[in-house]
Amino acid sequence: MTQPADLSAEGGHGAVPTTGVPTVSGRPVRDWPLWEVFVRARRGLSHGHVGSLHAPDAQMALRNARDLYTRRQEGVSIWVVPAAQISASSPDEKDAFFDPAADKVYRHPTFYDVPEGVEHL
Amino acid sequence: MSAVGTYALRLGDDALVLAQRTGGWIAAAPELEEDVALANIALDLLGQARSLLTYSGEVDGTGRSEDDLAYFRDEREFCNLQLVELPNGDFAVTVARLLLFASYQLELYDRLQAGRDETLAAIAAKAVKEVAYHRDHATQWVLRLGNGTPESHRRMQGGLEEVWPYVPELFESDDLVRDLANVEVAVDPAELEQPVVSYVAAVLGEAGLGVPQTAVRHTGGRHGIHTEHLGYLVAELQHLARSHPGAQW
Repeated sequence: MTQPADLSAEGGHGAVPTTGVPTVSGRPVRDWPLWEVFVRARRGLSHGHVGSLHAPDAQMALRNARDLYTRRQEGVSIWVVPAAQISASSPDEKDAFFDPAADKVYRHPTFYDVPEGVEHL
Repeated sequence: MSAVGTYALRLGDDALVLAQRTGGWIAAAPELEEDVALANIALDLLGQARSLLTYSGEVDGTGRSEDDLAYFRDEREFCNLQLVELPNGDFAVTVARLLLFASYQLELYDRLQAGRDETLAAIAAKAVKEVAYHRDHATQWVLRLGNGTPESHRRMQGGLEEVWPYVPELFESDDLVRDLANVEVAVDPAELEQPVVSYVAAVLGEAGLGVPQTAVRHTGGRHGIHTEHLGYLVAELQHLARSHPGAQW
């Protein structure tokens, strides 16, 4: 069995191979690395993935993220993460990863009687 | 023309002309992300220009709107600094100009927001945060280009040399602005020189770049004397409004 390729979360696309990718010769490859951007909309919420961008380094990535993703007051905090540093699950392993959860109904909290009048449950 | 009206027009023309110049980078910057950053900066400047020109037209008693002032004055009636009308040049020239102009605007607005003219103080209070970001953006690039490759270092130094003769004009006073500064309505540009120059020198030092040494200095913008470049900029800026007077979106 061959070892699955290393996968990254590049561009928020889930799983993009990072090795064994053919490169176009004779054309300069874009030299700014890709960063994934996470924005916290309000205090108390968690940072959510909003997209990606190119930047030469982390400080410029933060500034570009401010310009691209918080133009309309979308956030109070920004994280940027090098896309290459995110490991992604492989689509080939989808069955083994996710299907076994399909018939484990007892993992869902549906076997409790909820007393009437209980809110926010 | 009142003194306050002229003062607001000077600051407004600076912002208007640099907004137009900076807008020229849209779709032409080195990367898409930089396109957006420069567009944001241009729009910030345009917003400042709109407020300042509107106020100038109100306070000078002529009742001219922001559009009257932006689109229906000729080149010699513009009183912006020559620095802002210079062509964009390469990216390093644009960054050098932004570093100097944003540093100047930051010190200016920071003082103006405490001034006695409520409208000017309010415009300055809003703009001071915007120009702090502009200065930071320019600073980040100067550091990276100065400390980058030999080619980026050479071009960043070249950009500084190109704009340097236009810097002394930023700090020139005249009777009009001194009189307004005495009653705490305006900021005397002369008092901005020390903080601006010391900030810029610190950035250049960190970037391994030299402070240009030149005795050449160009001036006259405040009194309608401009470089050959402003006429073309104004023609492009005003073409639509003059070809179709009263046109609406």
